[in-house]
Amino acid sequence: MSEESNPLYQKRIQIYPRSVKGRFRNLKTGILALAYVVYYLLPWLRWERPNAPNQAILYDLPGRHFYIFDLVIQVQDIFWLAGVLIIFAILLFFVTGIAGRVWCGYFCFQTLWTDLFMMVEQWVQGERPARMRLDKGPWNREKLLKRGGTYALWLLISLWTGLTFVMYWVDAPTLVTEMLLGSAPYAAYFTTFFLATTTFVMAGLAREQVCTYMCPYARFQSAMFDHDTLIVSYDERRGEGTQGRSKLGKGLKTREERQARGVGDCIDCGYCVQVCPVGIDIRKGLQYQCISCALCVDACDTIMDNLKWPRGLVLYTSENALNGKKTRLLKPKTIGYGVILTAATTVLIWSVLTRAPYSGTVEQIRQPLYTQLSDGSIRNSYEIKLNNKLTAPMTVGIRIEGLTGATLNMDGMERLELEPQERIKLLARVQIPPVGRNDSPGDQVTFIIEPLAGVRAEPIRRQVPFYTPEGGR
Amino acid sequence: MSDNTPPNVQQQSSAVQTTGHAWDGDLQEYNNPLPRWWLWSFYATAVFSVLYWFIYPSWPVGDTWIKGFGTVSYAVTDKVTGKEEEREYRWNTRALLLEDLGAATNDPRRKDMLANVRAASYDQIVKDPKMMEFVRSVGKGLFGDNCAACHGRGGQGVVGMYPNLTDDDWLWGGGMDQVHQTLVQGRKGFMPAFGAVLKPDQLDDVAEYVLTLSGETQPSEASERGQAIFQGQVGGCYYCHGADAKGLQSQGAANLTDRIWAIADVPAQKSVQDKKAAIKNFVAKGVNNTRIMPAWKDRLSPTDIKLLAVYVHQLGGAQ
Repeated sequence: MSEESNPLYQKRIQIYPRSVKGRFRNLKTGILALAYVVYYLLPWLRWERPNAPNQAILYDLPGRHFYIFDLVIQVQDIFWLAGVLIIFAILLFFVTGIAGRVWCGYFCFQTLWTDLFMMVEQWVQGERPARMRLDKGPWNREKLLKRGGTYALWLLISLWTGLTFVMYWVDAPTLVTEMLLGSAPYAAYFTTFFLATTTFVMAGLAREQVCTYMCPYARFQSAMFDHDTLIVSYDERRGEGTQGRSKLGKGLKTREERQARGVGDCIDCGYCVQVCPVGIDIRKGLQYQCISCALCVDACDTIMDNLKWPRGLVLYTSENALNGKKTRLLKPKTIGYGVILTAATTVLIWSVLTRAPYSGTVEQIRQPLYTQLSDGSIRNSYEIKLNNKLTAPMTVGIRIEGLTGATLNMDGMERLELEPQERIKLLARVQIPPVGRNDSPGDQVTFIIEPLAGVRAEPIRRQVPFYTPEGGR
Repeated sequence: MSDNTPPNVQQQSSAVQTTGHAWDGDLQEYNNPLPRWWLWSFYATAVFSVLYWFIYPSWPVGDTWIKGFGTVSYAVTDKVTGKEEEREYRWNTRALLLEDLGAATNDPRRKDMLANVRAASYDQIVKDPKMMEFVRSVGKGLFGDNCAACHGRGGQGVVGMYPNLTDDDWLWGGGMDQVHQTLVQGRKGFMPAFGAVLKPDQLDDVAEYVLTLSGETQPSEASERGQAIFQGQVGGCYYCHGADAKGLQSQGAANLTDRIWAIADVPAQKSVQDKKAAIKNFVAKGVNNTRIMPAWKDRLSPTDIKLLAVYVHQLGGAQ
């Protein structure tokens, strides 16, 4: 142990992933293209709505409405968001249990943006050896141009990413004009530049460090894995044989020759290591850095195809399958997650589909609980809150039942026009004639709030207490 | 490997110079340079603090203080005319709050609603659901600040002290204009004390009569004697309470024929005897300088008074 070899931290080893062709790469590129089309173009989609914003997806925070195509979500429906988050969480458990970290490898924003940034990098600076050479080389015109060009392109993408995010919260065409004119709200600039910065840093500079050191998911993936989970693995028996792996050398050219010497199929070309975006060697077994993107599978398949050897030295399989057992995808855990997932999704969809077009609540005004009038009759007051959730006007009628001899007085507001998305608080007075000592008019009154025009829906019934002086009069 | 090395050994390996001081024989101090980023941050804060002195109010200097360049301007609305006036103030958090309030997104809406209420007649306000919603929310605050101390949070009042505003019995009238008048000029309730004028048995008779007025008891000989005093020159009660005992609102005289008792808490008394005693006690003492409603015209703006008049009117007891 020498005194020099005592570093407090390890210097980051720069990764220069090599490009690769293959089915998993195609899948990844397809998902990437789809995700970007959705993310960047969706805010520009218009959606005709009478009396409401015409943007297909708009999270209107000042107006307190979320517009998602034909679905208009109000503040009080925010629990749907909780439902969506729960469903996504279970979906993650479910998918991870079956197919490992496919979320990380194909869908995670960090992966998607890093992938795009790498594509840009490769387009400007060239393939892995060229990038390594450029990185080691001195700062000259070429390096300056190529590095600067890469950063400039990254910056543009980052800025547009940040701006696109803001577009989901305000009217997109207006926002772009305002941003250019310098008249957009401060929050829009801040969010855009904040997200542009994080995108640039995370996808451009930090990359695999995010997955390895920042993301907690890497650390608890093992809790969701079992022996039947599909993972990217190296078939060690085939690759190493009895004498380990070896390069293609003299007398080691064909599989027969190699098998005779006890050498495995792995020719130690290192292609699987070079393509890995997190810089690991899959042949060392499953590691927590692995994001299951399966690019190493594509790399190895390419080599095997060239050698005309069977594919599958690096493959997507389960630990059980590697040990010669059967992979059981339908395990109790998977079925359990599946059932919960189906149930949660069903409940959410049911809740969204059966949402009422309007809402109404009735609350008793408790100060005073009741008022006795000069002729001895008794009055209670109530506050009614009405909320038209539609983007169209509607007429609502309010009446009462369930209390003997009661009359409702709302100063003519018993029938009310509600403007689109209007919410209003009304005062209602309910009065019963003088109560004798032995009368029992009831201590509850039911308000019936029913739509009269503009929409067909079940009436809302609200039972609230009605107070009388003790023992009557 | 190095991970297993004890910490003190690790420190030794960094081989930094010491300051040369030694305490307790071997206790020494490392002479580590400050990190450059730290040093630059420190210089930057020093520069920043100087700028801060100039921009914002800071040090006291003699009788005055360094006022700084930072100002905050905000709009002030005149409560009477509704005109806006821009005011500039030295930077402070209170002015900043006022500026923020003025810049709030719903502030123009609030001003619009206030202007509507100012312009509308009482009838128009009552018929408009939106305006009524506004009046009830703003009025609740105004009532809580100015009226609730006596009349209670919900306007229920205190029997014998402060009138209940939620029932339909109004000493001075419950029409919106009358409520408005009450708010503007205030009220002073007065009833002479009859303890010295009437003999105790006459007081008994009057109480007996008053009880029959609202149907608490049946007419009797005593109540007829009481009626004579009530309607005659001796008591002279009808001057204010009227020949039919329904009260004169112009005098703030109570209606004695309904079932609401503002001062003598008759409904709370169990026996007829106690009810009579409550009335008798009150008639003997009268009301003088105890039932006073202050005038609000100098304390509240006309708009606030208008809002309050509507709010009190809708509390439930209005006519």
